[in-house]
Amino acid sequence: MSISEQIVSDLVANDIAFVTTVPCKQLGGVIDAVEAHPDIMHVPANKEDEGMGLCAGAWMGGKRPMIVMQNTAIGVTINTLVTLTQFYRMPLPMLISYRGELKEPVACQAEMAVHTKALLAQLNIPTYHFHKQADADELDAILKYTFMCNKPVAILTDATFWGGC
Amino acid sequence: MNRSAILRDIAPVIRDHLVVCNIGLPSQELHMIDDQPTNFYMLGTMGLASSIGLGLALSQPKQVIAIDGDGSVLTNLGTLPTIANNVADNYILLIIDNGSYGSTGDQPTYAGKKTSLTAVARACGCETVVEVAAKDTAQALTDALASKRMTVIVAKCDSGNIKVPVITKDPVVIRDRFMTAVRS
Ligand SMILES: Cc1ncc(C[n+]2csc(CCOP(=O)(O)OP(=O)(O)O)c2C)c(N)n1
Ligand SMILES: [Mg+2]
Repeated sequence: MSISEQIVSDLVANDIAFVTTVPCKQLGGVIDAVEAHPDIMHVPANKEDEGMGLCAGAWMGGKRPMIVMQNTAIGVTINTLVTLTQFYRMPLPMLISYRGELKEPVACQAEMAVHTKALLAQLNIPTYHFHKQADADELDAILKYTFMCNKPVAILTDATFWGGC
Repeated sequence: MNRSAILRDIAPVIRDHLVVCNIGLPSQELHMIDDQPTNFYMLGTMGLASSIGLGLALSQPKQVIAIDGDGSVLTNLGTLPTIANNVADNYILLIIDNGSYGSTGDQPTYAGKKTSLTAVARACGCETVVEVAAKDTAQALTDALASKRMTVIVAKCDSGNIKVPVITKDPVVIRDRFMTAVRS
């Protein structure tokens, strides 16, 4: 099983049935696996705050949601995370590509990378960082934790985790 | 007719359906006119009523009416392609187009100038888009509910606000009450 298939099988095992995505090069494999899985409704979003709105509706409708996005989107979504997801106490697992870390080829990505963990900490968002593939063994527990506490939770996945690129 | 007059007119049509209502005065007015457990009020996030409504419609079978504003649709214009390409026949998007950012003092929006949200929605691929005068909104909603087809309604109305209290209900209470209504 590829790492992307392993991630998606953890989503399905945790009843996640609604996934919205905005692409990142590092997330291509997992987005394909989400799209291919018959138990997941995949609704691509045009912007990540829009995606978080879709997820809020899906959760209130009885489908467990997830958003897949790049860390640069933290800058796009702070208002929505605070005034929608946290204010109404909604669960939202966020699978985030952590661009701008070691092995990053694009200089501009480092600019948001240096703010990513600080912003998440400022927002009191529980944050997990996958650096080695074995770190993904915790995904199942992280998803259970997210739907236990009704909070947005960040899972940062860096280039080393995805095998470098 | 302004937004609050439309809300008064449509209240009997929407009261038994799931409603996601736009931030600010639209939610405050609906809350004052006819508070229902089937109403989800946006208290702080501008632009996402249509997205929340779509996610809700795609996730369960009951009919969903998202009441949005022209300013909020303009701020989240990406919502229209997403709606067009993820058809939910239990979803109605009602855009109350008063040509202004009403809640913040009726500053003009581009929808009140050269930009037609009706034309934008059609260009985005929404198949059933109807533009109506304010007084015909309740009838258009009744027709859309009966058609069981995903519909975008653009109701053109005057700007202007009435005096209305803020919503003091706790957001978690609003959300929990709403989720109970969704499941019932
Ligand atoms: C990100 C953000 N910017 C600005 C505001 C302030 N704001 C609240 S409601 C609103 C106007 C919304 O206009 P519209 O959707 O047309 O609704 P109307 O009140 O006209 O019915 C604005 C600008 C906000 N809540 N959030
Ligand atoms: Mg307006």
